[in-house]
Amino acid sequence: MSAHDVAVPAAVEGDGARPSGRTYGVLLAVLVGVILVAPYFLYPVFLMKVLCFALFASALNLLLGYGGLLSFGHAAFFGFASYISAHAAKVWGLPPELAILSGTAAATVLGAVFGALAIRRQGIYFAMITLALAQLIYFVSLQSEFTGGEDGIQSVPRGVLFGVLPLTDDRTLYYVVATIFLAGFLLIFRIIHSPFGQVLRAIRDNEPRAISLGYRTVQYKLATFVISAGIAGLAGATKALVFQLASLTDVHWSMSGEVVLMTLVGGMGTIFGPAVGAIVVVSMQNYLATLGAWVPIVQGIVFVVCVLLFREGIIGVLSRWTKRPL
Amino acid sequence: MRAEAILATRDLTIEFKGFKAVDGVNLNIEQGTIHALIGPNGAGKTTCFNLLTKFLTPTKGTILYKGRDITALKPAEIARLGIVRSFQISAVFAQFTALENVRVALQRRRGDSFDFWRSERVLTRYDREARELLEAVGLADYASVRAGELPYGRKRALEVATTLALDPSMLLLDEPLAGMGHEDVDRMAALIRHVSTNRTILMVEHNLSVVASLSDRITVLARGKVLAEGSYATVSSDERVVEAYMGGMHA
Repeated sequence: MSAHDVAVPAAVEGDGARPSGRTYGVLLAVLVGVILVAPYFLYPVFLMKVLCFALFASALNLLLGYGGLLSFGHAAFFGFASYISAHAAKVWGLPPELAILSGTAAATVLGAVFGALAIRRQGIYFAMITLALAQLIYFVSLQSEFTGGEDGIQSVPRGVLFGVLPLTDDRTLYYVVATIFLAGFLLIFRIIHSPFGQVLRAIRDNEPRAISLGYRTVQYKLATFVISAGIAGLAGATKALVFQLASLTDVHWSMSGEVVLMTLVGGMGTIFGPAVGAIVVVSMQNYLATLGAWVPIVQGIVFVVCVLLFREGIIGVLSRWTKRPL
Repeated sequence: MRAEAILATRDLTIEFKGFKAVDGVNLNIEQGTIHALIGPNGAGKTTCFNLLTKFLTPTKGTILYKGRDITALKPAEIARLGIVRSFQISAVFAQFTALENVRVALQRRRGDSFDFWRSERVLTRYDREARELLEAVGLADYASVRAGELPYGRKRALEVATTLALDPSMLLLDEPLAGMGHEDVDRMAALIRHVSTNRTILMVEHNLSVVASLSDRITVLARGKVLAEGSYATVSSDERVVEAYMGGMHA
Protein backbone atom coordinates (compact mmCIF):
# COMPACT_ATOMS: atom_id res chain seq x y z
CA MET A 1 0.00 0.00 0.00
CA SER A 2 2.31 2.73 -1.14
CA ALA A 3 -0.52 5.01 -2.24
CA HIS A 4 -1.43 5.01 1.36
CA ASP A 5 -1.10 8.46 2.71
CA VAL A 6 -1.93 10.24 -0.50
CA ALA A 7 -5.28 11.45 0.73
CA VAL A 8 -4.40 14.60 2.60
CA PRO A 9 -7.18 15.01 5.09
CA ALA A 10 -6.91 18.77 5.38
CA ALA A 11 -7.64 19.22 1.70
CA VAL A 12 -10.85 17.28 1.88
CA GLU A 13 -11.99 18.76 5.13
CA GLY A 14 -15.44 20.26 4.82
CA ASP A 15 -15.97 19.29 1.19
CA GLY A 16 -19.37 19.20 -0.42
CA ALA A 17 -20.29 15.88 1.14
CA ARG A 18 -22.67 17.51 3.57
CA PRO A 19 -25.69 19.17 2.09
CA SER A 20 -25.39 22.83 2.84
CA GLY A 21 -28.53 24.22 4.39
CA ARG A 22 -28.17 27.46 2.52
CA THR A 23 -28.26 25.90 -0.95
CA TYR A 24 -31.48 24.14 -0.09
CA GLY A 25 -32.93 27.27 1.49
CA VAL A 26 -32.29 29.32 -1.64
CA LEU A 27 -33.63 26.64 -3.96
CA LEU A 28 -36.75 26.17 -1.88
CA ALA A 29 -37.36 29.92 -1.89
CA VAL A 30 -36.98 29.95 -5.68
CA LEU A 31 -39.38 27.02 -5.95
CA VAL A 32 -42.01 28.73 -3.82
CA GLY A 33 -41.57 31.95 -5.80
CA VAL A 34 -42.01 30.17 -9.12
CA ILE A 35 -45.07 28.34 -7.84
CA LEU A 36 -46.62 31.61 -6.65
CA VAL A 37 -46.25 33.52 -9.92
CA ALA A 38 -46.62 30.65 -12.40
CA PRO A 39 -50.43 30.86 -12.80
CA TYR A 40 -50.05 34.42 -14.08
CA PHE A 41 -48.10 33.11 -17.03
CA LEU A 42 -49.36 29.60 -17.62
CA TYR A 43 -52.66 27.80 -17.71
CA PRO A 44 -53.50 26.78 -14.08
CA VAL A 45 -54.90 23.34 -14.97
CA PHE A 46 -51.69 22.48 -16.77
CA LEU A 47 -49.70 23.67 -13.76
CA MET A 48 -51.83 21.62 -11.39
CA LYS A 49 -51.20 18.57 -13.52
CA VAL A 50 -47.47 19.26 -13.31
CA LEU A 51 -47.67 19.66 -9.52
CA CYS A 52 -49.61 16.40 -9.07
CA PHE A 53 -47.09 14.50 -11.14
CA ALA A 54 -44.17 16.26 -9.48
CA LEU A 55 -45.45 15.06 -6.11
CA PHE A 56 -46.11 11.58 -7.48
CA ALA A 57 -42.58 11.37 -8.91
CA SER A 58 -41.07 12.73 -5.69
CA ALA A 59 -42.89 9.99 -3.76
CA LEU A 60 -41.52 7.33 -6.10
CA ASN A 61 -38.07 8.88 -5.80
CA LEU A 62 -38.17 8.52 -2.03
CA LEU A 63 -38.45 4.77 -2.55
CA LEU A 64 -36.26 4.44 -5.65
CA GLY A 65 -33.62 7.07 -5.10
CA TYR A 66 -33.26 6.84 -1.33
CA GLY A 67 -34.54 3.37 -0.55
CA GLY A 68 -32.97 1.75 -3.60
CA LEU A 69 -36.19 -0.07 -4.45
CA LEU A 70 -37.72 0.15 -7.93
CA SER A 71 -41.47 -0.14 -7.70
CA PHE A 72 -43.11 -0.73 -11.02
CA GLY A 73 -46.58 -0.57 -9.54
CA HIS A 74 -46.91 2.91 -8.13
CA ALA A 75 -49.81 3.66 -10.47
CA ALA A 76 -51.89 1.43 -8.20
CA PHE A 77 -51.53 3.88 -5.31
CA PHE A 78 -51.92 6.94 -7.48
CA GLY A 79 -54.92 5.61 -9.38
CA PHE A 80 -56.63 3.84 -6.51
CA ALA A 81 -56.43 6.98 -4.39
CA SER A 82 -57.91 9.00 -7.22
CA TYR A 83 -60.88 6.61 -7.44
CA ILE A 84 -61.47 6.75 -3.69
CA SER A 85 -61.16 10.52 -3.64
CA ALA A 86 -63.52 10.92 -6.61
CA HIS A 87 -66.00 8.46 -5.12
CA ALA A 88 -65.87 10.16 -1.73
CA ALA A 89 -66.51 13.58 -3.24
CA LYS A 90 -69.19 12.52 -5.69
CA VAL A 91 -71.10 9.66 -4.07
CA TRP A 92 -70.49 10.25 -0.37
CA GLY A 93 -70.58 14.00 -0.84
CA LEU A 94 -67.50 14.59 1.30
CA PRO A 95 -65.78 17.99 1.24
CA PRO A 96 -62.56 18.13 -0.82
CA GLU A 97 -60.18 17.96 2.18
CA LEU A 98 -61.81 14.74 3.41
CA ALA A 99 -62.04 13.28 -0.09
CA ILE A 100 -58.31 13.79 -0.58
CA LEU A 101 -57.62 12.45 2.88
CA SER A 102 -59.62 9.26 2.27
CA GLY A 103 -57.82 8.68 -1.01
CA THR A 104 -54.47 9.14 0.72
CA ALA A 105 -55.44 6.84 3.57
CA ALA A 106 -56.61 4.16 1.13
CA ALA A 107 -53.32 4.32 -0.75
CA THR A 108 -51.38 4.10 2.50
CA VAL A 109 -53.25 0.96 3.56
CA LEU A 110 -52.80 -0.51 0.09
CA GLY A 111 -49.11 0.36 0.34
CA ALA A 112 -48.83 -1.47 3.65
CA VAL A 113 -50.38 -4.60 2.13
CA PHE A 114 -48.34 -4.53 -1.09
CA GLY A 115 -45.21 -3.58 0.80
CA ALA A 116 -45.56 -6.46 3.25
CA LEU A 117 -45.85 -8.85 0.30
CA ALA A 118 -43.04 -7.44 -1.81
CA ILE A 119 -40.44 -5.95 0.51
CA ARG A 120 -38.35 -9.06 1.10
CA ARG A 121 -37.62 -9.37 -2.60
CA GLN A 122 -34.94 -7.36 -4.31
CA GLY A 123 -34.13 -5.83 -7.65
CA ILE A 124 -36.10 -7.17 -10.59
CA TYR A 125 -38.17 -9.50 -8.38
CA PHE A 126 -39.35 -6.60 -6.30
CA ALA A 127 -40.26 -4.66 -9.45
CA MET A 128 -42.14 -7.66 -10.89
CA ILE A 129 -44.15 -8.28 -7.73
CA THR A 130 -45.16 -4.65 -7.43
CA LEU A 131 -46.14 -4.70 -11.11
CA ALA A 132 -48.21 -7.85 -10.64
CA LEU A 133 -50.00 -6.46 -7.61
CA ALA A 134 -50.68 -3.20 -9.42
CA GLN A 135 -52.16 -5.11 -12.35
CA LEU A 136 -54.52 -6.70 -9.85
CA ILE A 137 -55.74 -3.24 -8.89
CA TYR A 138 -56.07 -2.36 -12.57
CA PHE A 139 -58.22 -5.43 -13.12
CA VAL A 140 -60.40 -4.62 -10.12
CA SER A 141 -60.77 -1.04 -11.37
CA LEU A 142 -61.77 -2.27 -14.81
CA GLN A 143 -64.36 -4.74 -13.53
CA SER A 144 -65.87 -3.31 -10.39
CA GLU A 145 -68.86 -1.07 -10.46
CA PHE A 146 -67.82 1.79 -8.24
CA THR A 147 -64.97 2.82 -10.56
CA GLY A 148 -67.26 3.11 -13.54
CA GLY A 149 -65.11 0.74 -15.60
CA GLU A 150 -64.14 2.22 -18.96
CA ASP A 151 -65.99 5.47 -18.22
CA GLY A 152 -64.29 6.16 -14.92
CA ILE A 153 -65.85 8.49 -12.37
CA GLN A 154 -66.78 11.67 -14.20
CA SER A 155 -67.84 15.19 -13.20
CA VAL A 156 -66.50 14.91 -9.69
CA PRO A 157 -67.49 18.01 -7.71
CA ARG A 158 -64.55 20.08 -6.52
CA GLY A 159 -66.59 21.17 -3.53
CA VAL A 160 -65.95 23.82 -0.91
CA LEU A 161 -62.71 23.58 1.04
CA PHE A 162 -63.24 23.53 4.83
CA GLY A 163 -66.77 24.68 4.12
CA VAL A 164 -65.61 28.20 3.24
CA LEU A 165 -63.53 28.20 0.08
CA PRO A 166 -65.25 27.14 -3.16
CA LEU A 167 -62.76 25.48 -5.49
CA THR A 168 -64.57 26.03 -8.77
CA ASP A 169 -62.13 28.75 -9.79
CA ASP A 170 -59.01 27.23 -11.32
CA ARG A 171 -56.65 29.73 -9.78
CA THR A 172 -58.06 29.19 -6.28
CA LEU A 173 -57.73 25.46 -6.68
CA TYR A 174 -54.23 25.98 -8.02
CA TYR A 175 -53.04 27.51 -4.77
CA VAL A 176 -54.64 24.69 -2.78
CA VAL A 177 -52.89 22.12 -4.96
CA ALA A 178 -49.64 24.05 -4.67
CA THR A 179 -49.96 23.96 -0.87
CA ILE A 180 -50.56 20.21 -0.95
CA PHE A 181 -47.57 19.75 -3.23
CA LEU A 182 -45.30 21.81 -0.99
CA ALA A 183 -46.47 19.98 2.12
CA GLY A 184 -45.75 16.59 0.52
CA PHE A 185 -42.48 17.80 -0.94
CA LEU A 186 -41.27 19.19 2.40
CA LEU A 187 -42.30 16.00 4.16
CA ILE A 188 -40.17 13.99 1.73
CA PHE A 189 -37.32 16.46 2.18
CA ARG A 190 -37.53 16.10 5.93
CA ILE A 191 -37.65 12.30 5.78
CA ILE A 192 -34.55 12.18 3.61
CA HIS A 193 -32.69 14.45 6.01
CA SER A 194 -33.77 12.78 9.22
CA PRO A 195 -32.14 10.13 11.41
CA PHE A 196 -34.43 7.67 9.63
CA GLY A 197 -33.23 8.94 6.25
CA GLN A 198 -29.66 8.49 7.38
CA VAL A 199 -30.28 4.81 8.11
CA LEU A 200 -32.09 4.47 4.80
CA ARG A 201 -29.05 5.83 2.97
CA ALA A 202 -26.86 3.43 4.90
CA ILE A 203 -29.05 0.50 3.86
CA ARG A 204 -28.99 1.55 0.22
CA ASP A 205 -25.24 1.98 0.39
CA ASN A 206 -24.45 -1.39 2.01
CA GLU A 207 -27.33 -3.48 3.30
CA PRO A 208 -25.34 -6.43 4.72
CA ARG A 209 -23.27 -4.02 6.76
CA ALA A 210 -26.38 -2.24 8.03
CA ILE A 211 -27.74 -5.62 9.09
CA SER A 212 -24.50 -6.51 10.80
CA LEU A 213 -24.81 -3.30 12.80
CA GLY A 214 -28.12 -4.61 14.07
CA TYR A 215 -30.51 -2.72 11.82
CA ARG A 216 -33.69 -4.60 10.95
CA THR A 217 -33.49 -3.31 7.42
CA VAL A 218 -36.79 -4.77 6.23
CA GLN A 219 -38.69 -2.54 8.65
CA TYR A 220 -37.00 0.58 7.32
CA LYS A 221 -37.69 -0.37 3.74
CA LEU A 222 -41.30 -1.22 4.50
CA ALA A 223 -41.84 2.09 6.29
CA THR A 224 -40.41 3.90 3.26
CA PHE A 225 -42.63 1.94 0.92
CA VAL A 226 -45.75 2.81 2.89
CA ILE A 227 -44.87 6.51 3.13
CA SER A 228 -44.08 6.58 -0.59
CA ALA A 229 -47.39 4.88 -1.42
CA GLY A 230 -49.27 7.32 0.81
CA ILE A 231 -47.74 10.39 -0.84
CA ALA A 232 -48.35 8.91 -4.30
CA GLY A 233 -51.95 8.51 -3.15
CA LEU A 234 -52.09 12.13 -2.01
CA ALA A 235 -51.02 13.15 -5.52
CA GLY A 236 -53.60 10.90 -7.18
CA ALA A 237 -56.41 11.96 -4.86
CA THR A 238 -55.67 15.61 -5.59
CA LYS A 239 -55.51 15.02 -9.33
CA ALA A 240 -59.01 13.50 -9.29
CA LEU A 241 -60.43 16.76 -7.97
CA VAL A 242 -58.40 18.91 -10.37
CA PHE A 243 -59.64 17.09 -13.47
CA GLN A 244 -62.93 16.13 -11.82
CA LEU A 245 -62.23 12.68 -13.14
CA ALA A 246 -60.82 9.35 -12.03
CA SER A 247 -60.07 6.99 -14.87
CA LEU A 248 -58.27 3.80 -15.85
CA THR A 249 -55.31 5.80 -17.21
CA ASP A 250 -54.15 6.50 -13.68
CA VAL A 251 -54.05 2.84 -12.62
CA HIS A 252 -52.62 1.55 -15.88
CA TRP A 253 -49.11 0.10 -15.81
CA SER A 254 -47.96 2.69 -18.32
CA MET A 255 -48.57 5.28 -15.60
CA SER A 256 -46.13 3.40 -13.37
CA GLY A 257 -43.65 3.55 -16.23
CA GLU A 258 -44.24 7.23 -16.82
CA VAL A 259 -43.49 8.18 -13.24
CA VAL A 260 -40.29 6.12 -13.30
CA LEU A 261 -39.40 7.99 -16.50
CA MET A 262 -40.00 11.36 -14.84
CA THR A 263 -37.82 10.39 -11.91
CA LEU A 264 -34.98 9.19 -14.12
CA VAL A 265 -35.11 12.15 -16.49
CA GLY A 266 -35.06 14.61 -13.61
CA GLY A 267 -32.51 12.74 -11.55
CA MET A 268 -33.09 9.80 -9.27
CA GLY A 269 -31.87 10.33 -5.73
CA THR A 270 -31.95 14.11 -5.98
CA ILE A 271 -34.50 16.22 -4.11
CA PHE A 272 -35.55 18.46 -6.99
CA GLY A 273 -35.00 16.01 -9.86
CA PRO A 274 -38.38 14.26 -9.93
CA ALA A 275 -40.23 17.59 -10.00
CA VAL A 276 -38.09 18.77 -12.90
CA GLY A 277 -38.67 15.44 -14.63
CA ALA A 278 -42.41 15.87 -14.17
CA ILE A 279 -42.25 19.34 -15.73
CA VAL A 280 -40.34 17.97 -18.73
CA VAL A 281 -42.57 14.96 -19.33
CA VAL A 282 -45.91 16.70 -18.73
CA SER A 283 -44.85 19.66 -20.89
CA MET A 284 -43.90 17.32 -23.67
CA GLN A 285 -47.27 15.62 -23.48
CA ASN A 286 -49.07 18.94 -23.50
CA TYR A 287 -47.15 20.98 -26.01
CA LEU A 288 -46.41 18.15 -28.38
CA ALA A 289 -50.00 16.90 -28.24
CA THR A 290 -50.46 18.02 -31.86
CA LEU A 291 -48.03 15.31 -32.85
CA GLY A 292 -50.64 12.77 -31.76
CA ALA A 293 -49.35 9.23 -31.87
CA TRP A 294 -45.79 10.55 -32.14
CA VAL A 295 -45.73 11.72 -28.51
CA PRO A 296 -44.64 8.36 -27.05
CA ILE A 297 -41.97 8.12 -29.73
CA VAL A 298 -40.59 11.56 -28.91
CA GLN A 299 -40.79 10.62 -25.25
CA GLY A 300 -38.90 7.43 -25.92
CA ILE A 301 -36.19 9.30 -27.80
CA VAL A 302 -35.83 11.78 -24.94
CA PHE A 303 -35.50 8.88 -22.54
CA VAL A 304 -32.86 7.16 -24.66
CA VAL A 305 -30.92 10.42 -24.98
CA CYS A 306 -31.11 10.86 -21.20
CA VAL A 307 -29.81 7.39 -20.53
CA LEU A 308 -27.01 7.78 -23.07
CA LEU A 309 -25.89 11.32 -22.34
CA PHE A 310 -26.75 12.11 -18.76
CA ARG A 311 -27.51 9.05 -16.82
CA GLU A 312 -27.87 10.91 -13.54
CA GLY A 313 -30.75 12.95 -14.94
CA ILE A 314 -30.98 16.70 -15.37
CA ILE A 315 -30.60 17.63 -11.71
CA GLY A 316 -28.14 14.80 -11.16
CA VAL A 317 -25.81 16.32 -13.76
CA LEU A 318 -26.26 19.82 -12.33
CA SER A 319 -25.52 18.43 -8.91
CA ARG A 320 -22.28 16.94 -10.19
CA TRP A 321 -21.24 20.17 -11.92
CA THR A 322 -21.96 22.35 -8.93
CA LYS A 323 -20.59 19.68 -6.56
CA ARG A 324 -23.57 20.00 -4.27
CA PRO A 325 -26.39 17.63 -3.52
CA LEU A 326 -29.53 19.17 -5.02
CA MET B 1 -9.32 -26.13 33.32
CA ARG B 2 -11.66 -24.57 30.80
CA ALA B 3 -13.04 -21.07 30.98
CA GLU B 4 -16.68 -20.61 30.11
CA ALA B 5 -17.45 -20.68 26.38
CA ILE B 6 -19.14 -17.47 25.22
CA LEU B 7 -19.87 -18.88 21.77
CA ALA B 8 -20.11 -22.56 21.04
CA THR B 9 -21.31 -24.75 18.22
CA ARG B 10 -22.56 -28.30 18.44
CA ASP B 11 -22.35 -30.50 15.37
CA LEU B 12 -22.64 -27.49 13.07
CA THR B 13 -23.24 -28.66 9.50
CA ILE B 14 -24.24 -27.08 6.23
CA GLU B 15 -24.80 -28.97 3.05
CA PHE B 16 -24.92 -27.52 -0.46
CA LYS B 17 -26.45 -30.08 -2.81
CA GLY B 18 -24.80 -32.98 -1.04
CA PHE B 19 -21.50 -31.22 -0.47
CA LYS B 20 -20.81 -30.65 3.19
CA ALA B 21 -18.98 -27.33 3.32
CA VAL B 22 -19.02 -27.41 7.11
CA ASP B 23 -19.33 -30.85 8.62
CA GLY B 24 -20.10 -31.48 12.27
CA VAL B 25 -18.01 -28.66 13.67
CA ASN B 26 -17.81 -28.23 17.45
CA LEU B 27 -16.31 -24.93 18.49
CA ASN B 28 -15.78 -23.53 21.95
CA ILE B 29 -14.76 -19.92 22.02
CA GLU B 30 -13.79 -18.88 25.49
CA GLN B 31 -14.73 -15.58 26.98
CA GLY B 32 -12.07 -12.91 26.65
CA THR B 33 -9.82 -14.75 24.21
CA ILE B 34 -8.70 -14.15 20.66
CA HIS B 35 -9.63 -17.27 18.78
CA ALA B 36 -8.43 -17.84 15.23
CA LEU B 37 -10.04 -20.04 12.63
CA ILE B 38 -7.50 -21.09 10.04
CA GLY B 39 -7.19 -23.67 7.31
CA PRO B 40 -6.26 -24.06 3.66
CA ASN B 41 -8.41 -22.62 0.88
CA GLY B 42 -11.83 -24.20 0.68
CA ALA B 43 -11.65 -25.54 4.21
CA GLY B 44 -14.99 -23.93 5.03
CA LYS B 45 -13.73 -21.08 7.18
CA THR B 46 -15.81 -18.35 5.61
CA THR B 47 -18.85 -20.62 5.37
CA CYS B 48 -18.47 -21.41 9.04
CA PHE B 49 -18.14 -17.72 9.73
CA ASN B 50 -21.30 -16.93 7.81
CA LEU B 51 -23.13 -19.61 9.77
CA LEU B 52 -22.08 -18.03 13.04
CA THR B 53 -23.28 -14.61 11.92
CA LYS B 54 -26.52 -16.08 10.55
CA PHE B 55 -25.88 -14.97 6.99
CA LEU B 56 -26.26 -18.69 6.20
CA THR B 57 -28.61 -21.16 7.84
CA PRO B 58 -27.13 -24.46 9.00
CA THR B 59 -28.57 -27.75 7.76
CA LYS B 60 -28.19 -29.08 11.27
CA GLY B 61 -26.48 -28.36 14.54
CA THR B 62 -26.83 -25.59 17.07
CA ILE B 63 -25.08 -22.36 17.92
CA LEU B 64 -24.98 -21.27 21.55
CA TYR B 65 -24.18 -17.78 22.75
CA LYS B 66 -23.69 -17.49 26.50
CA GLY B 67 -25.52 -20.79 26.78
CA ARG B 68 -28.51 -19.57 24.82
CA ASP B 69 -29.53 -21.24 21.56
CA ILE B 70 -29.25 -18.60 18.85
CA THR B 71 -29.44 -20.91 15.84
CA ALA B 72 -32.79 -19.57 14.66
CA LEU B 73 -32.06 -15.87 15.09
CA LYS B 74 -31.70 -13.41 12.21
CA PRO B 75 -28.45 -11.51 11.52
CA ALA B 76 -29.72 -8.20 12.87
CA GLU B 77 -30.80 -9.89 16.11
CA ILE B 78 -27.35 -11.42 16.61
CA ALA B 79 -25.86 -7.96 16.29
CA ARG B 80 -28.29 -6.70 18.89
CA LEU B 81 -27.09 -9.39 21.28
CA GLY B 82 -23.58 -8.02 20.96
CA ILE B 83 -21.98 -10.21 18.30
CA VAL B 84 -20.83 -7.93 15.52
CA ARG B 85 -19.12 -9.15 12.39
CA SER B 86 -16.79 -7.61 9.85
CA PHE B 87 -16.65 -8.54 6.19
CA GLN B 88 -13.89 -9.88 4.00
CA ILE B 89 -14.35 -7.04 1.57
CA SER B 90 -14.21 -3.94 3.67
CA ALA B 91 -17.70 -2.90 4.64
CA VAL B 92 -18.02 0.82 4.98
CA PHE B 93 -20.82 3.10 3.87
CA ALA B 94 -18.91 4.59 0.95
CA GLN B 95 -21.18 7.61 0.47
CA PHE B 96 -20.86 8.65 4.10
CA THR B 97 -17.97 10.46 5.68
CA ALA B 98 -15.91 8.53 8.21
CA LEU B 99 -17.68 10.39 10.98
CA GLU B 100 -21.11 9.51 9.61
CA ASN B 101 -20.14 5.87 9.32
CA VAL B 102 -19.49 5.70 13.04
CA ARG B 103 -22.54 7.83 13.82
CA VAL B 104 -24.87 5.46 12.04
CA ALA B 105 -23.75 2.73 14.41
CA LEU B 106 -24.07 4.95 17.48
CA GLN B 107 -27.52 5.96 16.34
CA ARG B 108 -28.68 2.35 16.29
CA ARG B 109 -27.59 1.75 19.84
CA ARG B 110 -29.47 4.79 21.08
CA GLY B 111 -32.57 3.82 19.16
CA ASP B 112 -33.84 7.02 17.57
CA SER B 113 -33.39 5.71 14.07
CA PHE B 114 -37.03 5.66 13.18
CA ASP B 115 -37.49 9.39 13.73
CA PHE B 116 -38.36 10.53 10.24
CA TRP B 117 -39.88 13.80 11.34
CA ARG B 118 -36.76 15.23 12.96
CA SER B 119 -33.86 16.94 11.30
CA GLU B 120 -30.68 14.96 10.91
CA ARG B 121 -28.99 17.75 12.83
CA VAL B 122 -29.95 15.90 16.01
CA LEU B 123 -27.30 13.39 14.98
CA THR B 124 -24.56 15.90 15.75
CA ARG B 125 -24.98 14.94 19.36
CA TYR B 126 -23.09 11.74 18.53
CA ASP B 127 -20.21 13.64 16.98
CA ARG B 128 -18.04 13.79 20.07
CA GLU B 129 -18.27 10.08 20.76
CA ALA B 130 -17.77 9.30 17.07
CA ARG B 131 -14.61 11.42 16.98
CA GLU B 132 -13.25 9.61 20.02
CA LEU B 133 -13.79 6.29 18.29
CA LEU B 134 -12.11 7.55 15.12
CA GLU B 135 -9.20 8.73 17.19
CA ALA B 136 -8.90 5.33 18.83
CA VAL B 137 -8.27 3.73 15.44
CA GLY B 138 -6.02 6.53 14.19
CA LEU B 139 -8.55 8.18 11.91
CA ALA B 140 -9.00 11.47 13.74
CA ASP B 141 -7.77 13.46 10.74
CA TYR B 142 -10.07 11.67 8.32
CA ALA B 143 -13.39 12.43 10.00
CA SER B 144 -14.86 14.39 7.11
CA VAL B 145 -13.41 12.32 4.29
CA ARG B 146 -15.85 10.19 2.37
CA ALA B 147 -15.34 6.56 3.36
CA GLY B 148 -15.24 5.47 -0.28
CA GLU B 149 -12.18 7.68 -0.81
CA LEU B 150 -10.18 6.32 2.11
CA PRO B 151 -7.18 4.09 1.35
CA TYR B 152 -7.82 0.42 1.94
CA GLY B 153 -6.10 0.08 5.29
CA ARG B 154 -7.98 3.09 6.62
CA LYS B 155 -11.27 1.66 5.47
CA ARG B 156 -10.66 -1.41 7.57
CA ALA B 157 -9.76 0.74 10.53
CA LEU B 158 -12.99 2.68 10.02
CA GLU B 159 -14.86 -0.58 9.99
CA VAL B 160 -13.38 -1.41 13.37
CA ALA B 161 -14.34 2.00 14.74
CA THR B 162 -17.90 1.53 13.47
CA THR B 163 -18.07 -1.90 15.05
CA LEU B 164 -16.72 -0.62 18.35
CA ALA B 165 -19.44 2.04 18.37
CA LEU B 166 -21.86 -0.77 19.17
CA ASP B 167 -19.68 -1.81 22.10
CA PRO B 168 -20.08 -5.50 21.23
CA SER B 169 -19.03 -8.20 23.65
CA MET B 170 -17.88 -10.34 20.76
CA LEU B 171 -16.25 -9.48 17.45
CA LEU B 172 -16.19 -11.78 14.46
CA LEU B 173 -13.51 -10.66 12.02
CA ASP B 174 -13.48 -12.12 8.53
CA GLU B 175 -9.89 -11.92 7.28
CA PRO B 176 -9.16 -8.55 8.87
CA LEU B 177 -5.70 -8.40 7.28
CA ALA B 178 -6.61 -9.52 3.77
CA GLY B 179 -5.10 -7.38 1.04
CA MET B 180 -3.08 -5.20 3.38
CA GLY B 181 0.51 -4.04 3.05
CA HIS B 182 3.10 -4.54 5.79
CA GLU B 183 2.59 -1.24 7.47
CA ASP B 184 -1.17 -1.71 7.62
CA VAL B 185 -0.88 -5.28 8.85
CA ASP B 186 1.14 -4.16 11.85
CA ARG B 187 -1.22 -1.33 12.59
CA MET B 188 -4.27 -3.57 12.28
CA ALA B 189 -2.76 -6.32 14.42
CA ALA B 190 -2.04 -3.75 17.12
CA LEU B 191 -5.60 -2.50 16.78
CA ILE B 192 -7.06 -5.97 17.15
CA ARG B 193 -4.99 -6.54 20.25
CA HIS B 194 -6.09 -3.18 21.57
CA VAL B 195 -9.82 -3.79 21.10
CA SER B 196 -9.62 -7.31 22.49
CA THR B 197 -9.53 -5.93 26.02
CA ASN B 198 -12.70 -7.11 27.73
CA ARG B 199 -13.91 -8.63 24.49
CA THR B 200 -13.89 -11.96 22.77
CA ILE B 201 -12.65 -12.11 19.20
CA LEU B 202 -13.06 -14.82 16.64
CA MET B 203 -11.18 -14.24 13.43
CA VAL B 204 -10.66 -16.02 10.19
CA GLU B 205 -7.18 -15.19 8.97
CA HIS B 206 -4.58 -16.36 6.47
CA ASN B 207 -1.62 -14.45 7.80
CA LEU B 208 -0.14 -17.14 10.03
CA SER B 209 2.52 -15.02 11.66
CA VAL B 210 -0.13 -12.59 12.88
CA VAL B 211 -2.33 -15.47 13.95
CA ALA B 212 0.62 -16.88 15.89
CA SER B 213 1.31 -13.65 17.69
CA LEU B 214 -2.28 -12.61 18.36
CA SER B 215 -4.33 -15.69 19.08
CA ASP B 216 -4.80 -17.43 22.36
CA ARG B 217 -6.33 -20.39 20.67
CA ILE B 218 -6.51 -21.72 17.14
CA THR B 219 -8.89 -24.06 15.39
CA VAL B 220 -7.72 -25.58 12.14
CA LEU B 221 -10.39 -26.50 9.62
CA ALA B 222 -9.88 -28.73 6.62
CA ARG B 223 -12.56 -30.01 4.28
CA GLY B 224 -15.24 -28.69 6.56
CA LYS B 225 -14.04 -30.49 9.65
CA VAL B 226 -12.02 -29.54 12.69
CA LEU B 227 -8.56 -30.91 12.15
CA ALA B 228 -6.84 -29.65 15.26
CA GLU B 229 -7.34 -27.19 18.06
CA GLY B 230 -5.07 -25.61 20.63
CA SER B 231 -2.34 -23.02 20.98
CA TYR B 232 -0.20 -22.10 18.00
CA ALA B 233 2.60 -24.33 19.22
CA THR B 234 0.24 -27.28 19.44
CA VAL B 235 -1.41 -26.94 16.06
CA SER B 236 1.71 -25.96 14.15
CA SER B 237 3.46 -29.12 15.27
CA ASP B 238 0.44 -31.27 14.40
CA GLU B 239 1.35 -33.48 11.47
CA ARG B 240 -2.14 -33.48 10.00
CA VAL B 241 -2.14 -29.69 9.93
CA VAL B 242 1.20 -29.56 8.14
CA GLU B 243 -0.07 -32.20 5.73
CA ALA B 244 -3.28 -30.27 5.05
CA TYR B 245 -1.41 -27.07 4.30
CA MET B 246 1.28 -28.72 2.20
CA GLY B 247 -1.24 -30.87 0.38
CA GLY B 248 -3.25 -27.75 -0.30
CA MET B 249 -0.23 -26.07 -1.81
CA HIS B 250 0.58 -28.90 -4.16
CA ALA B 251 -2.93 -29.42 -5.34
